[in-house]
Amino acid sequence: MSKLRRVRTCISLPTDSRIFTVRVLAALISALSLLPVRAATAGEIPAGERKSGYEFMSVETRTMQDDDAVNPGMLWVLEGKALWSRTVGEANKSCASCHTGASTTMKGVAARYPAFDKRLGRPIDLEQRINLCRTEQQKATPLPFEGREMLALAAFIGQQSRGMPIAVTDDERSKSFIEAGRTIFERRQGQLNLSCAQCHDDNWRGKLAGAPITQGHATGYPLYRLEWQAIGSLQRRLRNCLVGMRAEPYAIGAPEYVNLELFLMWRARGMPVETPAVRP
Amino acid sequence: MPRTLINVPARAKRGEVIEIKTLISHDMETGFRADNAGKTVPRDIISLFVASYNGVEIFRAELHPAIAANPFLSFTTVATESGRIDFTWTGDNGFAANETAQITVE
Repeated sequence: MSKLRRVRTCISLPTDSRIFTVRVLAALISALSLLPVRAATAGEIPAGERKSGYEFMSVETRTMQDDDAVNPGMLWVLEGKALWSRTVGEANKSCASCHTGASTTMKGVAARYPAFDKRLGRPIDLEQRINLCRTEQQKATPLPFEGREMLALAAFIGQQSRGMPIAVTDDERSKSFIEAGRTIFERRQGQLNLSCAQCHDDNWRGKLAGAPITQGHATGYPLYRLEWQAIGSLQRRLRNCLVGMRAEPYAIGAPEYVNLELFLMWRARGMPVETPAVRP
Repeated sequence: MPRTLINVPARAKRGEVIEIKTLISHDMETGFRADNAGKTVPRDIISLFVASYNGVEIFRAELHPAIAANPFLSFTTVATESGRIDFTWTGDNGFAANETAQITVE
């Protein structure tokens, strides 16, 4: 079980009557009066009930993901493989110059990201890590987020961890950032006044406009989405959700996204990496 | 350069029906979409795919704007003799891609 204490607002009543002061009562009444009557939230999904988005898909889409000869995400992986050994920048180095064979050196790396960066003092995601390598080691210009090359490299590196359990570090340094991500996940926002948790923790057994809601585990990013007809990052997916909630999306690369990514990976801890996954 | 993924069995028995799978990266821009400025994005699609087995055409497909990006095509043929299978994709704006696979028939 997690060491992190779940902080849920609004619904849970204090069990100790001594701290049940008038002030708390007044706050609760005002909070509850704003809420529609709702049963207690389902809360965090227990480890045994966690399901990847894969399990919500049709047989056809699953087959597409499972067969590397059919999975269109493999086109990006192939490109990433070529980019891995292409020298760039003033340092005239390729990724392979330092990291050599990706199949050994990058094994398990994507399963640990976002990871805490000592120098920046905050977690960074895999894409930001790639760009740090580019600017600092290769002395090259950073790759644009969601650009073809960035997605290709992230997909290639991600694929090296396929099948490995997601294991982001939840030590003292990262804890506050995981909690910050959780806060965003559980906070109602946007014109629809929805939180991520209301769909992905509480109503994942349901459907939204005929499509399964899913538990929202970020196990296969970057992934090929049939709707996008391309591979896209987790940040693109999060942007999608925010726009759907009629909330204002954060700027690409914003710390809020990274915290949310970190929380989502922590929430999916132990689940196997599927990169490059296919989703409808 | 487009990326391609070809799946041809390396070995097959004579007379066996084999499945061939091909995947190619392409945007397949329909020509019906508008960009952010409201201007129509010109059509840019793969319009023809041909596969030939030791120089003999065995499969041909004409593609149109309704085909999704990164077209995947799969078909079957009979393994007759060892040799090579050539794949060519051609399309708008002089698009051309070639790929070759070897097959050994026993």
